[in-house]
Amino acid sequence: MSGGRSVPKAVNDALARWGGTTSRRDFLKTSGLFVFGLSGAGAVGAGRWGYGTEPSGDESSEPASYPDPDFLQLDSWLVVHEDGSATFYVGKTDGGQGTGTATQQMMCDELDLAFDQATVVMGRTDMTVDQGGSGGSDAIERDAMVGRRIAAEARRVLLEMASERFGVPVEGLSVSEGVISLRDDPGRTVTYGELIGGRRFDVALTGGNINATTGVASIKPVQDLKLVGQSIPRYDIPGKVDASLEWAVDVRLPGMVHARHVRPPFAGATLVGIDESSVRDVPGFIRVVSEGNYVAVVCEREEQAIEAAERLVVEWEKPATAPFPASDHLFDYMRGAERVPGSGGRGAAQTQGDPDGALASAATVVEAAYDIPFHGHTAIGPAHALADPSDGQMTIYTNDMKPYSHRTGIAEFLGMDPEQVRVIWMEGPQLYGRTAADDAGFEAAYLARELGRPVRVQWMRHEETAWDTKGPAFAIDLRGGLDADGNVVALDYQGRIANYAHVGYNQARTVLIAQLMGFRPERPSPGGARGPDEMYYIPNRRQETRAVRFPLAFETPLRTGNLRDPNGPQTTFAGESFIDELAAAAGADPVEFRLRLLRGATDDDEAFRRARSIAVVEAAAEAYGWDARPSPGTVGSGRVLTGRGIAYAYRARTTIAVIAEVEVDRETGRVWVRRMVCAHDCGLVINPDSLESTIQGNLLHGISRTLYEEVRFDGEKVTSVDWRTHPTLTHMDTPERIDVVMVNGDPNPDRPDLRPYGAGEPSHRPVPAAVANAIYDATGVRMRRLPLRPERVLEELGAAGL
Amino acid sequence: MSEITLRVNGETHTLDVDPSTPLLYVLRNDLGLRGPRFGCGLAQCGTCTVLMDGRAIRSCNRPVSRSTGEITTLEGLPEDGELHPVQQAWIDEQVPQCGYCQNGQILTAAALLSYSPSPSDDEIREGMNRVLCRCMTYYRIQSAVKRAAEAMAEGEDR
Repeated sequence: MSGGRSVPKAVNDALARWGGTTSRRDFLKTSGLFVFGLSGAGAVGAGRWGYGTEPSGDESSEPASYPDPDFLQLDSWLVVHEDGSATFYVGKTDGGQGTGTATQQMMCDELDLAFDQATVVMGRTDMTVDQGGSGGSDAIERDAMVGRRIAAEARRVLLEMASERFGVPVEGLSVSEGVISLRDDPGRTVTYGELIGGRRFDVALTGGNINATTGVASIKPVQDLKLVGQSIPRYDIPGKVDASLEWAVDVRLPGMVHARHVRPPFAGATLVGIDESSVRDVPGFIRVVSEGNYVAVVCEREEQAIEAAERLVVEWEKPATAPFPASDHLFDYMRGAERVPGSGGRGAAQTQGDPDGALASAATVVEAAYDIPFHGHTAIGPAHALADPSDGQMTIYTNDMKPYSHRTGIAEFLGMDPEQVRVIWMEGPQLYGRTAADDAGFEAAYLARELGRPVRVQWMRHEETAWDTKGPAFAIDLRGGLDADGNVVALDYQGRIANYAHVGYNQARTVLIAQLMGFRPERPSPGGARGPDEMYYIPNRRQETRAVRFPLAFETPLRTGNLRDPNGPQTTFAGESFIDELAAAAGADPVEFRLRLLRGATDDDEAFRRARSIAVVEAAAEAYGWDARPSPGTVGSGRVLTGRGIAYAYRARTTIAVIAEVEVDRETGRVWVRRMVCAHDCGLVINPDSLESTIQGNLLHGISRTLYEEVRFDGEKVTSVDWRTHPTLTHMDTPERIDVVMVNGDPNPDRPDLRPYGAGEPSHRPVPAAVANAIYDATGVRMRRLPLRPERVLEELGAAGL
Repeated sequence: MSEITLRVNGETHTLDVDPSTPLLYVLRNDLGLRGPRFGCGLAQCGTCTVLMDGRAIRSCNRPVSRSTGEITTLEGLPEDGELHPVQQAWIDEQVPQCGYCQNGQILTAAALLSYSPSPSDDEIREGMNRVLCRCMTYYRIQSAVKRAAEAMAEGEDR
């Protein structure tokens, strides 16, 4: 192998295959381990290959090895085939927000290929460079920008090759859809395929870390991009509509067996004994595997494993101390608990001016307390993984959104060399944060090693809903001061977050199996959160958030992990509801009041966040047809009350304003969000339709968390275990109209370096406050505790005499 | 174990399985189908939906012994190599995000339109209501059902 130290073997194999030097038959013959999946791989696009790639060891000698692709080699990122098409290797995963398609658009644009001349391979640790997988809404903002630079570099190299071939300077060449022609003699052409098809670039890149990777070429000015900005249909959708796409949940291997778990029936319970005779007569029974408080049953068939897990008699001992308060007493507990010193992370405590002094001298002081319960990811498909331990290696098939840390975490957990472990990401149920997909992969790998056979694990619904990691509960107390003219002079935000021992991603000592086996991290992560993100000018303010802890920090179904826009919906619910309370106290229109706070300062930051905040608030009000007046409106006497509310926030460099229009049925307590408007500024938009779909999902998921979702528990276990005990938004609750307004509030939107900012999560965060503010507008009753299920709404309306 | 005969996507399969086995696992693990997926095992979410004699049913808790009708899975929905109008509408409206639940959404919509060819907005909400989506693609689903209804009406006019 010439050139770089580690271009993925799979990439070289691909080149060889496309170059015709290895027949499909030879390929199958040498693959050894894998005899499936090749046909399914073609489902989402010609030239996309499947899961049959052989590891670099051969059958007879060394164990399989999957070295890291070297990100400083162009060939690790991009391959041009003989037919002129290209494959892009992207170390991200796509949870259905279209980041794969968008990345393909951006890279094709730089390379001057048509969209359908390329395919994208994502999230295979042996084939794609380690870009960390998904998270933080950064796929387009950060990682696809690296892809653009790589594609630009490939284009530069190809133009130089053509320049040499024709004896014409690069300036004399033009390129379109992979065909380079002479400007002065357009009949003379050469294709990318002819120049390099099936061969390596052997071009070294530079950059101190993967996110800084670059060649010497410059990326195109925004004005020259052709595919960016187009609503190109997502490449993954046809295979999702005709069932041809093979998902992680679909993979079947020869000799594969099925496992199911038995979880502690009480949080913190200790395993006393297992009566294996209770399941020995289950057909297909193979083994009970247990270590510490971890218990799994393995059977030949899936339904057998389910039955065995139901029937297995296990004796548990309850812990001496209640693990947590019952959810009915959660917020009292949190407000009474000691705040963990030093918790909260960066930005947990910030003070400007003299908030206490300004509150003491304010004309009006408003105080309010907001409560947000634990929320679950509650994926529609419970966590699952398949692990194959053959030939001394371990391959994990998963939808985990961070395959790279999945690989290193599992290697650490099993004491394996990471090069002997690979993770193959495939499509699966949604990835909104640190889901139990992390846990299931570790469990499958552990069981596969124990059994010496491929083991498929899937959690049952009750496990998924009860034991998946939770978005943390918050108890937030606010005080605000107005002067005699209704200007906000002080704001004090005091948050408490139930986020102690936050599990992180794929950590070998915090995944569920490790906790149940008794492993503990050296130091529990205290977890934490900043206050709400807004650009309001308030001269005196304090924001402080600290974690509180429960008696049980580990082996708890209330372990917390990142859930879509971690902490954003909770903190913004409190922050933006309270701004609405201040607006009402000032007798001001909620939109006008916010604009006044945004215009209080005149300076701005490098991303023009203040100007872009004003732009989204104005755009949302205009799209909605907002009539300026204070809230509440006139509360009618009919059964159904209507109102509208606004909330605004930014996340990183994306600004968002959401307006909700609600109907409140005062007989049933049902709230229906009839209409939503979202004005959204994430800078450069890559694929408007795909972005709109993502925003619609964020808005509806936000309504669901506002109106319905709550993880409930008694003093010993989580009692939310299915869709009845953990309701979610349904078709009946869907707004009849959603307007998404894409704004670009950059004062100079035509600048050539206009960047895309993250859009996967930001529009989620203003939703709860917008809905609660609309309910206030309709009823004059302020809703300060989520969720707003009918019984709570009736209770609040009743308390207010409505 | 005992011998069970199933009619799936126009083919007859004879299998040696426990008659109490839920249909879902036989479709997925014995017949290798990918459309119906496990979501809850409680018939609450609709992810495992198949059509039986044209009606949308939940395969996760129906014993294979009581699955004697003509079963159609998502794989069997296209006719003569052409996507069903509901599937085409799903592509045209770019409905799926993760896509895990869309099997149930598509088959429920196809069943709905077979007995209610031009449903009102309320009928769509009610007809689709028990099929859950955690990506919350409901808004596009409802648009796609309308689009499919229009396409099917045009198809009949032709």
